[in-house]
Amino acid sequence: MKKLKYALFTGCTARQSTPEQMMSTLAVAKKLDIELIELTEASCCGASHLQDYDDFLSLVLNARNIAYAEKHGLTMVTICNTCQLNTAMTKHRLDKNSELKAKVNEKLAEVGLEYKGTSNVIHFLYAIIDDFGLDKIKKMVVKPLSQFNIAPFYGCHNIRPSELHDESHKQKENPYNPTSLDDLIIACGAMSVEYEEKNKCCGFHVELQAPHTASVLTGNAIAGATDNNADMMVTPCPLCHLKLDTQTKHASEAIGREVSLPVLHMQQMVGLALGCTPAELGLKHHVTDVNFV
Amino acid sequence: MSTNKITTQKVNFKVFRFNADEDYLPYYEDYSLDVTSEEVVLDILNRIKWDYDGSFSYRRSCRHGICGACAIKVNGRSTLACKESMSTMIEYFGNDLTIEPLSIKRAVKDMIIDKADFWEKHAAVTPYLVADIDETPMSENLVSPHDAEELNEADLCIQCGACHYACPAVEINSDFFGPAAFAAAYRFEADVRDSDGERLINVNEEKQGVWDCVKCFECTEVCPKHINPFEKITKLHQMAFKKGVAKNNVATRHAVGFLHSIRKHGMLDEGGLVLYSEGPAIVKHIPVALQMFRKGKIVMPWNMPKSGNLDEIQKLIKSSSTVKF
Repeated sequence: MKKLKYALFTGCTARQSTPEQMMSTLAVAKKLDIELIELTEASCCGASHLQDYDDFLSLVLNARNIAYAEKHGLTMVTICNTCQLNTAMTKHRLDKNSELKAKVNEKLAEVGLEYKGTSNVIHFLYAIIDDFGLDKIKKMVVKPLSQFNIAPFYGCHNIRPSELHDESHKQKENPYNPTSLDDLIIACGAMSVEYEEKNKCCGFHVELQAPHTASVLTGNAIAGATDNNADMMVTPCPLCHLKLDTQTKHASEAIGREVSLPVLHMQQMVGLALGCTPAELGLKHHVTDVNFV
Repeated sequence: MSTNKITTQKVNFKVFRFNADEDYLPYYEDYSLDVTSEEVVLDILNRIKWDYDGSFSYRRSCRHGICGACAIKVNGRSTLACKESMSTMIEYFGNDLTIEPLSIKRAVKDMIIDKADFWEKHAAVTPYLVADIDETPMSENLVSPHDAEELNEADLCIQCGACHYACPAVEINSDFFGPAAFAAAYRFEADVRDSDGERLINVNEEKQGVWDCVKCFECTEVCPKHINPFEKITKLHQMAFKKGVAKNNVATRHAVGFLHSIRKHGMLDEGGLVLYSEGPAIVKHIPVALQMFRKGKIVMPWNMPKSGNLDEIQKLIKSSSTVKF
């Protein structure tokens, strides 16, 4: 197989509050011999909050990010569900509306860039599963996680709107019964845990303005995983990770029950199974200790 | 005419039963039926009532996806029974399907729920045109096609409640208006004839307003009329800024803070955003921030990463900004 090569949009979180996510992404890419060209010029995607304020500006900024991936002639991979949403949504809207695309390009021309629509935007989870292949990963597993029950937490913006997901990725994902992360857990040798909250919201986006709502959602998710015998959770989204890993105290208070589980980034889980060391995967950067390795 | 061959398969239904007048607790009844690829969910409800148990209760009327009466949940997914094909449900969930009302805690009899909260919230957003209408106009009041497009199909809402009872924020914050009410508010706010000044302020209030939307897209996913309530909520946010009614609070500063941060760094300055949004109230975040700091999760201001070619980003912000706060 030809070596896989992508333009990596790191997003902001991987370079600040989840350094372990950046480390594990690079470690896994190295193990799988995937080349990632980091888009160092990229700006924040707006996280669907700038979108609440200035829609056109957020389109221009996201189109600029994609334009850099296009310059490399590469598919863009994201490692954050919300980056995926906002980038893929920009692409969707510009590709469907030539008038809007022209308006955006008029602005981009001021800095010598153009959005053409030639680069796909996919999440790294699906790059691993669809492009690299689950079977190949399975064969490369050297430390199967067979003693663990792992609860997949998908995160909204990778699976909804399903239309956007299916348009961006090779394989469809059923938003009511998603399977990709479950399949990856199984490929890593672990048991995947079935629970009601696996495709639900973590509450991250209203943490400041509606802290109670946010905490209840986080608490329900951890409680659901715990009640179905999960030893840990795994998520492809660093924002979900921040909620589930760092906000357990507020979550516990909100649902009136002590909840806490180790939460892995999807990349860390794959990295562990492929034989990366805890140090390479940044496991020391978790607030809820990952103490089983 | 469709040339698709009609197929039949066995489906096991677990059907929610409850009569608030008689039952202490709800229970589930099992039915195993041969389902054809032509049937919709409502056909199954009808067959259960007509062939098995006449007391089985549900709302239905038009059978054409327009009255909004028959919305229920299949395996937890809100669905308009007369519009949703059984094939799709089997594709989504397999051959074991659970039929439940839109909201179990609001169940009155079987699929019939008390939708009072839905209607109260709908009514609270002034879901009608507020305008000085000349009762004997000499000419038509024309709305241009361009202006009509601004409604973005929000006027197609049938008030079925599918999105409202799929919304996690509605379940937790009983004041939250919910996606259907917001879509209705948008429908009239976007109408060029409307002159109501209060609606947009009302839907931006902190307790019940658009800012508590968790951005999960559950509403968009279930809407049988493809209205995309999430998009309408986003537009209500934008309108509040454009029309200058956005209050200076943690929610609005959270949105505007992204712009400040991107202008300065290209990237988001996470700590800076929380400080800008919360102001002095940032102290409540200190315990978690300290935990994060100890684990190397906080980047100090002097180490903030910056985007390459930041001057481009700043130039674009200058030339492409459309809103001021």
